[in-house]
Amino acid sequence: MAEDHRSADEAPRVPWYNDPIWRGYVFQGLTLIVVAGIAWTIVHNTAVNLEKRHIAQGFGFLSTTAGFDLAQESISFPKDASYGRALLVGLVNTVIVAVAGIVFATIVGFLVGVGRLSHNFVISRLCTGYVELLRNIPLLLQIFFWYFAVLGVLPSPRDSIQPVPGWVFLNNRGLYLPEFRFGGFAGDGIFYGLIFGLVVSWFVRRWASKRQMETGQPFPAGWTSVALIVGLPLVLFAASGFDLTLVAPKKSVFNLSGGIQIIPELMALVLAISLYTASFIAEVVRAGILAVSHGQTEAARSLGLSHGQTLRLVVIPQAMRVIIPPLTNQYLNLTKNSSLAVAIAYPDLVSVGGIVLNQSGQAIEVIAIWMAIYLGTSVATAMIMNAYNRRMAIVER
Amino acid sequence: MTKTMIVATFGVALAASVAGASAGTLDDVKAKGFIQCGVSQGLAGFSQPDSAGNWAGLDVDFCRSIAAAIFNDTSKVKFTPLSAKERFTALQSGEIDVLSRNTTWTMSRDTKQGKFAGVMYYDGQGFMVRKSLGITSAKQLGGASVCTNTGTTTELNLADWFRTQKLDYKVVSFEKSEEVVKAYDAGRCDVLTTDASGLYAERLKLTKPDEHIVLPEIISKEPLGPMVRQGDDAWFNVVKWTYFALLSAEEAGVTKANVDEMKAKSENPDIKRLLGKDGSFGTDIGLTNDWAYQIVKLMGNYGELFEKNVGETSPLKISRGINALWSKGGLQYAPPIR
Repeated sequence: MAEDHRSADEAPRVPWYNDPIWRGYVFQGLTLIVVAGIAWTIVHNTAVNLEKRHIAQGFGFLSTTAGFDLAQESISFPKDASYGRALLVGLVNTVIVAVAGIVFATIVGFLVGVGRLSHNFVISRLCTGYVELLRNIPLLLQIFFWYFAVLGVLPSPRDSIQPVPGWVFLNNRGLYLPEFRFGGFAGDGIFYGLIFGLVVSWFVRRWASKRQMETGQPFPAGWTSVALIVGLPLVLFAASGFDLTLVAPKKSVFNLSGGIQIIPELMALVLAISLYTASFIAEVVRAGILAVSHGQTEAARSLGLSHGQTLRLVVIPQAMRVIIPPLTNQYLNLTKNSSLAVAIAYPDLVSVGGIVLNQSGQAIEVIAIWMAIYLGTSVATAMIMNAYNRRMAIVER
Repeated sequence: MTKTMIVATFGVALAASVAGASAGTLDDVKAKGFIQCGVSQGLAGFSQPDSAGNWAGLDVDFCRSIAAAIFNDTSKVKFTPLSAKERFTALQSGEIDVLSRNTTWTMSRDTKQGKFAGVMYYDGQGFMVRKSLGITSAKQLGGASVCTNTGTTTELNLADWFRTQKLDYKVVSFEKSEEVVKAYDAGRCDVLTTDASGLYAERLKLTKPDEHIVLPEIISKEPLGPMVRQGDDAWFNVVKWTYFALLSAEEAGVTKANVDEMKAKSENPDIKRLLGKDGSFGTDIGLTNDWAYQIVKLMGNYGELFEKNVGETSPLKISRGINALWSKGGLQYAPPIR
């Protein structure tokens, strides 16, 4: 212990400037001052010069009227809406791409990942081919492929492809679906029925697993949940007398009007981004499953668990521990890759921010907002996934 | 986008670091020996590289005219192609000396982002549609999908016009003009909108230019002109009077062909002042006294530049219209050189 040398009864033999503790403090302090000084000079110099060149003028412009329209207004964007509102529309559009992309990429990725391990030669080769093809072509090219080569050559609105004649239309302006309009309490009933069903089935599952732990009696929690989540909204919907009107898109002079339009830019972006990320997720899933040693499966089978139970109770929980951290990375990549939307005019955050930047001339502010939002969404995604990871991690007893 | 970021951050930092040493754009330009001129990424008639990689067009020729006035040499210009989004930051950060990029003179741009030195082309926004739609007026466009450029006055005029007409429309906006044209050509939109001059220029790029018509309505005022940074009067004067010299030369009938003869023989006091035989107008703005002579000798007058790049003899075949001199019923007017 260092203090032992300088105990009270023994006078310090070294002068203070040779004392290693003092020296430590002095040099650390000096370093801190120099670093802080340099940082302050850079920030101050930049701020002063930006001000002088009328480049940065603060965030007041966000409440100015925007005066332009956007191709996809997911939340209301009235004619006197502000630049701030425009950025919010962009953010919502980005979230739509990110969420849809994550859902599709996860489903496809898991299917392909499991498929690569299939004993069926055709399936495993097809899945290998999928992974090698998609992960080796740059994402931007894939977006262009879907946008120009697939969706761009669809017929004009007058000659729409009609998968469900009279209701669903596909053309070079996008996919048109009928709009669901619930009357009376049907809409609310379905919504609250669903929420209630979800909450109740969570409690049922908890109770069922607790009972199984204590008594060994299994309870069909899965089927009960399905019945609750699907059944409750259905019952309430029936009680409203099936009060639902379907509004089909109608052909007008130029486009189709009415119904819901999914613009081709959104379709191309979600398709490209989810199929691309799925190829990486497939590899993550395959690695996770292979990481569970074969002995675990054999042990489970010898205990008398069925094939399904082995997979669900033994293999997947252990595989998830390996899968989740790299899966989080893929989700973050997907969210950030959605900014490639700017290449095909999908009004995402970067695209709309670009318009705002140019119309208002506030480059530095818009770039700061971009960085803050992407940082925020990425950190949020990572936090959710880390929480999930903690739940799935090995709990030492 | 990436370029904007680089321009905005590093450009500013760099400009800031040399700010102390810089005396003014005119001195800087003379010291480095060339003008850095911001132009479009390709707009026929205004600024577009030809097959040999040489830039050509009305906006390009204006920058060359400035080079003629300063260096007596039209090759002392370097061109920076800029997207609509990048242009103002590039100017403000000092990456370019003058922005000559079919940019509309508006109040906020003129007061916050720079200074407009003149109007090279009086334009207005129009619509182009396919002939097969059988449409004759923009008022029949309710419900149409419209392709346009992001970050332009076009986008704002479009929204305003459809609102005042109480018509519905769907906007599809791209960052680059070529993407806008490609999307319109592929049938993503029913309508292409931009400045009328741009519509004629872009029509040449379509697969079948004859199948498209420009509708008669002009929905906005779009005075397009060169722009410089704020707070640099000496440079502003040079750019502004280069423009006025082009106009004065046309008004006085001085052309590329007859400028030598005019200089030698003309007794007209206006021409003598313009060509530097009387007064010290050139040296007063920091140039040589024969600055305007060099412009006309090397480039021609405004009318000649117009005809060569966008006029009846060019592929665009645009008539002078409101871009004629004031003395011929147009709007182009230069204050006297006195």
